[in-house]
Amino acid sequence: MTERARSVLEAAKAPDAGRAVREFVAQAGRDAAFQLEACVHCGQCADACHFHRVTGDPRFTPVYKLRPMLKAYQREAAPFAQVKEALGLAPPEVTAAELHEWSELLYDSCNQCGRCTLACPVGIDIAGLVRLAREGMAAGGFAPSDLVKAAERSLDTGSPIGVRWPALKRQIELQEQETGLHVPVDAEGAEYMVVLSSIEIMAFPEAIGALARIFRQAGATWTIPSAGFEATNVGVQMGSRDVAAELLSRIVEAAERLKVKCVISPECGHAYSALRWEGPNLLGRRYGFEVVQIAELLDRFVREGRLRLRGKDARRLTFHDPCQLVRRGGITEAPGRLMHGVSANLVEMPGSGAASFCCGGGGGVSAIHRAEALRFAAFESKKQQIDATGAEALVTACGNCRNVLEEAIEHYGMTLPVLGLTELVAQYLEPEAGAR
Amino acid sequence: MTSMALLEFARGPALWASLAVLVAGSLWRVAGILRLGTTPDLSEPRSTRLFAGAMRGIFARMLPRVEFRLRKKLSFWNGYVYHVGLAVIVFGYLPHIFFVERLTGLGWPPLPEPVFFVFVGLTFVSLLIALVERLTDPVRRLLSSFDDYFSWAVVLLPLATGMIAIHQSYAPGTAPAPPLDPLPLAIHLLSVELLFLWLPFGKLAHAFLVFASRGVTGAALTRKGAAL
Repeated sequence: MTERARSVLEAAKAPDAGRAVREFVAQAGRDAAFQLEACVHCGQCADACHFHRVTGDPRFTPVYKLRPMLKAYQREAAPFAQVKEALGLAPPEVTAAELHEWSELLYDSCNQCGRCTLACPVGIDIAGLVRLAREGMAAGGFAPSDLVKAAERSLDTGSPIGVRWPALKRQIELQEQETGLHVPVDAEGAEYMVVLSSIEIMAFPEAIGALARIFRQAGATWTIPSAGFEATNVGVQMGSRDVAAELLSRIVEAAERLKVKCVISPECGHAYSALRWEGPNLLGRRYGFEVVQIAELLDRFVREGRLRLRGKDARRLTFHDPCQLVRRGGITEAPGRLMHGVSANLVEMPGSGAASFCCGGGGGVSAIHRAEALRFAAFESKKQQIDATGAEALVTACGNCRNVLEEAIEHYGMTLPVLGLTELVAQYLEPEAGAR
Repeated sequence: MTSMALLEFARGPALWASLAVLVAGSLWRVAGILRLGTTPDLSEPRSTRLFAGAMRGIFARMLPRVEFRLRKKLSFWNGYVYHVGLAVIVFGYLPHIFFVERLTGLGWPPLPEPVFFVFVGLTFVSLLIALVERLTDPVRRLLSSFDDYFSWAVVLLPLATGMIAIHQSYAPGTAPAPPLDPLPLAIHLLSVELLFLWLPFGKLAHAFLVFASRGVTGAALTRKGAAL
C-alpha cells in the first residue's frame, strides 16, 4: 500500500493528462454519472460559493470546476460517447495545459464545503464530485505541490507538518503537568482511542488536557496511540485514495492493536469525513470499532449525565459550523446543544447551521500557499456572518477552521478570540477533587 | 407534398418515429449510466432509510432552502414560470388533451381558453428572458454550449408554431374543428417531434435525469444524516 501511495506522489514529477483522464473516467461511476449528466447550467451553484461571491469570477462557479472530468466522461464513458465520436461531436481532449489551469479551480478555490451541493436544484453533489475529480488531478500529477509535499511528509513522518511521536509526547507531558491528570498512552483495552490533528498538537495542545479532564469526569477509559495518532489525512485533501488509505490504515492498525471499542475523531472536519465516511471504503472493509466525533461524544456524555456542567460563559459567543461536520457529516445537533450548555449569551450567525459559510481554508486550501490571498478574500462571506452577531468570541469544533479563522481575523484587523468547543466544555465541567 | 399530406405525415410516421426515438434514446441513456455500476458503501450508516431519503431529495429540491432563495434575482423565479407554463400549456389545452386521448385513451378537463392564453404569453416572455439571461449573465454564458441554445430553441419552437396554429377558438368539451389551413398545424407537430427527437440526447433529458440525480444525492446525504 505504501509503494502505491508513493507512486502517486511520483506522478507529480511528470504530469500527464492521459493518466488524469483515465482516473476521471474510473471515478465516474453510476451515481456520479447521473449527476454529471443532469446539470442544466442554471448557475445557481455560483451564488452559493463564497469564492464566486467575493470575486465575481465566473470560473469559480462550482460546477464549472468539474469541466475536465465531465469532458473526459463525455468522451470516454457517457452513453452516446461512441456515436458522438463517430459523428465528430465529441468534446475536445482534455489537455495538460487545461489541467494546470484547473488546478486553481479544483483546489485553490474549492473547500469541498458542500454549500453548492445544498443549493443545486437538480441535486448534484458538486462537492462530492470535486472530491472525485481531485483523484484524477492527483493521478495525473496536477495536484498543488504544497499538498504533494504534505502528503510526502505524512507518509514519512505520519504528519503533514512533520509532527512525530516525541513532539506529541512532550505536549502530553506538559498537559499532564498543567492538569495534574494522567494521559494514558497505548493503553490496551481502553474504551476510547483519541487521535489528534497536527494543528491541535502544536497550536492548541490544551485540547489534550481538556480531554483528560473530560474522560476523568465521564469515568471512561481512554488512550492516545504512540503510533497512528495523526488524524489529518492529506490524501483525502489532495485526492489520492492510495495516500488516504495508507494514512488511515495507521489509525485502524492502532485501534485494532489496542483493542479499543471506539475511535474518537478530533476537532477536525475533514479528518472526521476521512475516518468516518471514506475510511471503510478506502480500505475495502468495515471497521471493528465505532468512530465518533468528539462533539458527538461530549454531547452523549452530557445527555447521559456522565459530564456535569457548572456555570456558563457570559460573553457574547457565536459558533462557526465546520462544514465537514455540520453540513456534510451529519453532526447537526450536538454542537448547538453543547454550546447552549456552556454559553449564557449564545448568538446564532445569520444562515448558521447546514448552510453556513466555510472559513475558507477547508479541503486542503489552507495548506496551499499560492491560495492564501484568495482564501482571505473568501473569508469576507464568513466575516459578514460573524460581524452580524456582534460576538465577543468565536467558538468552533475544528482545529483547521480555528487556525484559518485566527489568521483571517488577524488579516482583517478584527479582535475576536477563537475558542475550541472541547476546551470550552472542559472549562465548565463541575470541579472534582484532585483536579487542577 | 401538399399541406394536408404534410399534416398526415406529421400525425403519422413522423410522430411515431419521433416517439420511438424519444423512448429508445431515453432508455439508452439511462441504461448507459446504469451499466457504469457502483460499489457498496462500507461505512456504518447513520440512517438506513435511503429510499425515503431519495424521495425527500427529489421533492425537497423543488424549492430551494430559504438561504438560497434569490428573491431579487429574476432568473431564479423565471425558471419556475416557464416550467409551470409549459406544463399548463401541454396538459391544459383542449387540442393537446384530444391529441393525448387519441394516443392513449386518457382525457381530462381543459383549462378555460383565456387562462391558457395568459400562460402562453407568460411562458413565451419567460423563455425569451431565459435566453437573454443566458447570453448576458457571465456565469451562465460560461457554462453554456450548443446544447443549451439548441435545447432552448427546440422548446421555444413548438410554443411559437403553436401560437401560429391557433387560428380559431373552441367550445370547452367539444373537439376543435378541422383546420382550415393544415400547414401551421403540420409545422407545429413537426416542431414538437423535433423536441422529441432531441430530448434524450441533450440537456432536456434533465426531465427524467433530475429524479435520479436528486435521488442518489438525497440517499447519500440521508445515509450520513446530513442536511438535504
